[in-house]
Amino acid sequence: MAYSEKVIDHYTHPRNVGTLDKSSTKVGTGLVGAPECGDVMRLQIEVDENHMITDAKFKTFGCGSAIASSSLATEWLKGKSIDDAMKIDNMDIVEELALPPVKIHCSVLAEDAIKAAINDYRVKNGLEVLESAKSHH
Amino acid sequence: MNLPIYLDNNATTPLDPRVLEVMLPYFNAKFGNAASRNHAFGWAAEEGVDYAREQVAKLIGANEKEIIFTSGATESDNLAIKGVFEMYKEKGNHIITCVTEHKAVLDACKHVEKMGGLVTYLPVKSDGLIDLAALEAAMTEKTILVAIMYGNNEIGVIQPVKEIAAIAHKHGALFMTDATQTVGKIPVDVNADGIDLMAFSAHKMYGPKGVGALYVRRKNPRVKVTAQMDGGGHERGMRSGTLNVPGIVGLGKACELCRLEMDEEAKRLSKLRDKLQASLTELEESYVNGNVEHRLPHVANISFKYVEGEGLMMAMKDLAVSSGSACTSASLEPSYVLKSLGLSDDLAHSSIRFGLGRFTTEEEVDFAIEQTKKAVNHLRDLSPLWEMFKEGIDLDKIEWAEH
Repeated sequence: MAYSEKVIDHYTHPRNVGTLDKSSTKVGTGLVGAPECGDVMRLQIEVDENHMITDAKFKTFGCGSAIASSSLATEWLKGKSIDDAMKIDNMDIVEELALPPVKIHCSVLAEDAIKAAINDYRVKNGLEVLESAKSHH
Repeated sequence: MNLPIYLDNNATTPLDPRVLEVMLPYFNAKFGNAASRNHAFGWAAEEGVDYAREQVAKLIGANEKEIIFTSGATESDNLAIKGVFEMYKEKGNHIITCVTEHKAVLDACKHVEKMGGLVTYLPVKSDGLIDLAALEAAMTEKTILVAIMYGNNEIGVIQPVKEIAAIAHKHGALFMTDATQTVGKIPVDVNADGIDLMAFSAHKMYGPKGVGALYVRRKNPRVKVTAQMDGGGHERGMRSGTLNVPGIVGLGKACELCRLEMDEEAKRLSKLRDKLQASLTELEESYVNGNVEHRLPHVANISFKYVEGEGLMMAMKDLAVSSGSACTSASLEPSYVLKSLGLSDDLAHSSIRFGLGRFTTEEEVDFAIEQTKKAVNHLRDLSPLWEMFKEGIDLDKIEWAEH
């Protein structure tokens, strides 16, 4: 099974790899997946006073599709409001990266990571927690 | 040096050009059916088969009459296990095997269970070898067969076959071994090793795909298997079907080349493998899987902690290797062989198998070392687990959301 060009591009030149200060109230962190399952994603967002995402970083343990999904997610997050970011659907990632069916779980994990990061930020800033993650199946 | 570099010689090996050369006439000029006893076309084919049978027998110290040609090791495993079960059902219904066997053996045993057989699946120790005392303890009066592989396909460990055979024989059972990874790589002698049945395949030793053999002992004791395919009664009635003459001729030549070149080749390969292994284990948190003393000369299975195998292979884009990672299999389960050594799932996910072969050069190994090191470092830079490890966080204490 060959990887799509977009997966290879994100894998070879991952965008926004790194770490934000998770203790900052402006930063939301989502850590999803499990080492036993072969995928762990950590996605972080930095949010300004208008609830706009100004920065996003990731680190991922997983296959090429998992790395590409989280790299793409950070690109999409930057410049979005946290409300708009909440609307990112895993199927958008599947489409953009042309993921095969066996790799759809990677996109689900990326969506979970986005939601977990936003909710972490919301909790820190006294906002209510929004819909929970998809991947507990 | 041509890229990509093939380091997956446990999956299959390239055909040696010398093997191809002797096969070619049997596709055209010598096209006859080896079972045609009454004309020259048949005789020419039969002569090729007879010669190959001698070449195969000689490699494993057998008599040529003890060689049954099949379509490959999977068929040989099936014929041996199901064939012995049917043939000896008056005597008993118990078979002993082990958890790290190839699926061809495990699934044939599952089939036997459906037919009313009892199968014991011995565990392995953390080095991949079985515990002989556990084997001894599992033997019963009803045990008809002990089926334990010679060299493992994923980690390369070599089971103590002589001792296993002795235990089986002491209790009146036959000893069968899947030697697909072993024959042609290290000396195998069916008499010295006490083997009653042995499965192997041409394409793991620089021969063609689609042909293999089952060794079936004829003396002390005389072993019989019930045929699993009905037909013309070829191969002493044990395996019907027109013989794959070009394939068989290729298997014969492949065996001859292995016999002549094995000693030097094994030394060369183990030196290269040791170099690869020593360099790669210089990386922090990398571990060799399986016993390193009792091991095939050309295999190294290494886990690189905190990186995932499939992601890693993608970065090793000029190397053809394989991984125990779940992502590489349709089942999304990590390697059952590595798990049965007691490896945690995450270490099993992080494993890479390097399989060197006859055409592997030192230059290629050096390149593989460099690219693997670069890939591991690249992936660790991306890995949240590596970062946490470096910060001294105990990953086992984190409550992961299993998905």
